[in-house]
Amino acid sequence: MSEQKIDGFELKPGFKGMASDTGSDQTMFKGVHWGKAMMWIFLLSDTFVFSCFLISYMKGRGSTIVDWPNTSEVFSLYVGGVPVPLLLIAIMTFVLITSSGTMALAVKYGYEKNRKMCGWLILATAVGGLTFVGMQVFEWSKLIHEGVRPWGNPFGASQFGSFFFMITGFHGFHVSIGVIFLFIYTYKVFAGHYESKKRGWFTKMKGDYVEIEILGLYWHFVDLVWVFIFAFFYLW
Amino acid sequence: MEETNKINETTKKDEQTSTQKIGIYLWIWLLLFVLSFFSYMVDWYQFQGMLRWSLILFFMFLKAGLIMAFFMHLFWERYALVNVLLWPMTAIACFIFLMTAEFKYTVFSRLFYFVVGGA
Repeated sequence: MSEQKIDGFELKPGFKGMASDTGSDQTMFKGVHWGKAMMWIFLLSDTFVFSCFLISYMKGRGSTIVDWPNTSEVFSLYVGGVPVPLLLIAIMTFVLITSSGTMALAVKYGYEKNRKMCGWLILATAVGGLTFVGMQVFEWSKLIHEGVRPWGNPFGASQFGSFFFMITGFHGFHVSIGVIFLFIYTYKVFAGHYESKKRGWFTKMKGDYVEIEILGLYWHFVDLVWVFIFAFFYLW
Repeated sequence: MEETNKINETTKKDEQTSTQKIGIYLWIWLLLFVLSFFSYMVDWYQFQGMLRWSLILFFMFLKAGLIMAFFMHLFWERYALVNVLLWPMTAIACFIFLMTAEFKYTVFSRLFYFVVGGA
């Protein structure tokens, strides 16, 4: 994505390239837009936040002597009177992956300056994200209705509720922020802000389709975090 | 000096438009669906014990790797960026290791004093 020529500097591949990039007395991330580098640094810090949540969950679950609630039963839905384990969570996972795919294609079409396709795909991503948040609201209200609280629940270890609300809540918050930005960028793409070189966010620099890739990084990260939550919280 | 900077900036922008073929994104997308389906099947068939945990971790890391490498383009980025992002993960691994020791100690103490009733 960032392979390009820089005048007077030989870009070497692999670890040699890393050494010469880092020790070049120039910008370290060659050919990487500053916004993209900053988004990556932010995502790195966000990774640590989510890691702390998941590690505290591991510690909480590992140190309780009461049985942990069986997530496969707690999160089951009744379809025609038959309980289907983790049904809603599975659908949520597929919705999020779908939206991740449309986002990846939006980035590709953005770089190809295909304004219409890029716009529609970002809109599809936003709708996917909105669906996900909607299902999460349903899941939360169902569990609250069944008596799950941060300080206790009828299914088992009382720490379950606090970890559930904290982890999925923080992830849902990320999705919600992402959805808002996806709608804003749908507007920006359809309005042709990147063709007319209108200025971007919090900057005087002219807008460019690289902003779609930066937005995409955030959205894929939200999907990435869900992969870990799905594995550790729901399946484990 | 100013003039050459401007030229560099425009060539930079033009070259950034090079993209990957659409096929690779569709393949990764399909793979993610298949892997998610498999990890759901781990629960569906109620695998237990080491088999369950290793399958969950296997599908999880595979999915995470595919998303990071191809959807987030890390596969095509220069090592200077990739390494800055991936090495800090070792700190998380250390933290997991420390907290594993911690929860084992806590659960041991609880069992020892609350269940067994102390020495």
